[in-house]
Amino acid sequence: MGIMFYLIAAITLAGALAAMTLKHLVHAALAVTVAFGGLALFFLDLDAQFAGFAQILIYIGAVAILIVFAILLTRGSELPKDGVFSRTWFAGLAIAAGIFAVLGWAVLASAKALPSETATPAVTVHDIGVALMGRYVLPLEIVALLLTAATIGAVIVALHEKERTR
Amino acid sequence: MVEKADQVFVLLQHWLVSFLPAVLQPAAAVLLSVIAIVCVFPGLFALTTVFERKGLGRIQNRLGPNRVGPLGLFQPVADGIKALIKEDIVPLSANTLVHFLAPLSLVVAVFMEFAVLPMGRNMVLADMDAGLLFFFSMSVSTELSVFMAGWSSHNKYSLLGAMRAVAQMISYEIILLLSSVAVVMTAGSLSLVKIVDAQNHYSGVLPNWYIFTPWGLAAFVMYAIAATAETNRSPFDLPEGESELVAGYHTEYSGFKFALFFLGEYLAMFSISGLGTTLFLGGWSAPFSFLTWIPSWIWFFGKVMISIFVFIWMRGTLPRLRQDQLMNFAWKFVLPFTLLDLLVTALWRFMGEGWLRWVVSTVILAGAYVLMGRLAMYKEHFAPRKYRYAE
Amino acid sequence: MLGEGILKGMAETAKNFAGSFVSAERLTTVQYPEQRIPTMENARVFPFLVYDGPEWQAGLRCVACQICEKECPPKCIYIEKSSDKKPDYAGKQQFYPAKFDIDISVCMSCQICVEVCPFEAIKMDTQFELATDDRFGGLLLDRQQLAKSNEYYHSIHPTEAAGVDGRLAEEKAKVEAKAKAAAEAAAAKAAAAAAPAAKPEGGQA
Repeated sequence: MGIMFYLIAAITLAGALAAMTLKHLVHAALAVTVAFGGLALFFLDLDAQFAGFAQILIYIGAVAILIVFAILLTRGSELPKDGVFSRTWFAGLAIAAGIFAVLGWAVLASAKALPSETATPAVTVHDIGVALMGRYVLPLEIVALLLTAATIGAVIVALHEKERTR
Repeated sequence: MVEKADQVFVLLQHWLVSFLPAVLQPAAAVLLSVIAIVCVFPGLFALTTVFERKGLGRIQNRLGPNRVGPLGLFQPVADGIKALIKEDIVPLSANTLVHFLAPLSLVVAVFMEFAVLPMGRNMVLADMDAGLLFFFSMSVSTELSVFMAGWSSHNKYSLLGAMRAVAQMISYEIILLLSSVAVVMTAGSLSLVKIVDAQNHYSGVLPNWYIFTPWGLAAFVMYAIAATAETNRSPFDLPEGESELVAGYHTEYSGFKFALFFLGEYLAMFSISGLGTTLFLGGWSAPFSFLTWIPSWIWFFGKVMISIFVFIWMRGTLPRLRQDQLMNFAWKFVLPFTLLDLLVTALWRFMGEGWLRWVVSTVILAGAYVLMGRLAMYKEHFAPRKYRYAE
Repeated sequence: MLGEGILKGMAETAKNFAGSFVSAERLTTVQYPEQRIPTMENARVFPFLVYDGPEWQAGLRCVACQICEKECPPKCIYIEKSSDKKPDYAGKQQFYPAKFDIDISVCMSCQICVEVCPFEAIKMDTQFELATDDRFGGLLLDRQQLAKSNEYYHSIHPTEAAGVDGRLAEEKAKVEAKAKAAAEAAAAKAAAAAAPAAKPEGGQA
């Protein structure tokens, strides 16, 4: 866990904190994009090239733009009247802490199971492709079906609106 | 001698780096390559601006700029000085931080794209295993910069231009990716160096470039269309439509920031042409086997400049597409054709060598093109206008 | 077939591009200021004063009637009449302008001064390269700057100048004919006055 980990962690946390506390929604969306970039840097630091670049391509290139479009096409660009923190902040904090504890326990338990200081396996894109099409083809096809359903649903929702406005 | 001419830049780099201690040598080598890229491509950009203006002029039966320097070749110097000494106006209600960061992030993302292009034999800055994916990730980061530019100007027309630009870029990004996937399927790797190596063979005199295959030609044409749309060039330059939206998302930028947007657009043109030549035109390999004595980097830059010339030619010829025409074209015509092209590529791979696969692929692709073309024209989507007034 | 139009268009522009290097008449660019398009005869920019003969002060046609000053819409003409007279083209004694200023930064080239001038003295010039960096007097043309010869007028507006010359010659001929008739009548009267004076003298002797 060298210096790079702490640097990238600082960037990601800064982006996430800014996304939580900034008043202007578009600023918050751009800050969450920085957090996405930080996650991509984590992947690249761990030599997972495919995951890192796919993270940038999908999260920054599609999800961030989607968030921004959604903010602009609804009335989200108005500043919130009574600050960013909601009144139920304590319950939110408790739930977030609980989830963090569960995830942390899961990660640490699995890390104890693996012996430390082994060389990370060099996974090439070729291996990922073979695995996706071989061992994990069923989850791949299910995700594809899900995406197709989402696309068709979006088209139908948009189509319906067009008929209503005519 | 031929070897030396081919590797002259690599040898120069090794020689310059040898002056430093061994600890610093890798970093110094990378730094030298970065400096070379940062010097060469903006220089080419300067030349391209003047060649574009003169080329467009001659296409339109007039002379281009010919006052500054011999044949007007110092025009970019004049343009650069003008851009630098202009007052940097930021609108009062603009979001200053985002307004400042937008051109910066655009130029940074575009410069990163050059890191994976193999510009000659052994002349790639970063030989990454997932090089193509890196290129496309940097390409999508430019979309976010475009949006940032349009939104932060606090100007309805800039925002409109930015939304249109982002919508256009997202649609054509998919086509770009899918046409590249056909090449990746055949070459078997996402690494651009390996893709060029796969095309660097000659069957007799003719090269094994992917453009000389039926699926490759179709994919190249669709890649070219998508590349023109990605870089917002005519006929897809509605976002910066000078007659409609003033200057679209970079309306409120003046002086050096505008020059940065301009630089970003032209550099994106260079890098996407570079990727196109790497994927389809064989990168740095010579067109005929008896021409391999000419250095590889000359071939690469020659092909890139020919692509730029075709961009300029298209700009001078075609009228601008309307936003809905552009989107319809992408989603209803080019995207299905891209998917069909993927099927044909797979067929090509699994049919094995021989004349049969040529015939089958050509028949499927040409037949589909003619069919879809007739279908579209039957529904009067692409036919010439028969009515006199708009409906 | 789809895409045919695009290819035809690109062939056309390629022909334009290649042709522009080969044939000179394709390029319609006029490389100003080394080359200039000659102005048409009807071109008009700002007024000037016409003078006949070699000397501008003696031959100036303007008689300071001040009609153009009164008719000018933006009032860019300033005239001061002289106190003495000088003979004009037909020999008649006329006033002349001691001062004739036109402010061409105000002049709107409407040509009304030309239309109302009864003496064909003020006409429209075709020079447009009048830019100057003298903010205060550079665009205020005085009498000497405005006076240009009849030959110059012929060179910029040939048919118009020929027409003007014809009209002036006619006027001059009419005036001379009238003068000759008046002289003949005066001579006849003088002869008639001399004849009865001679007869009584002859009767007395």
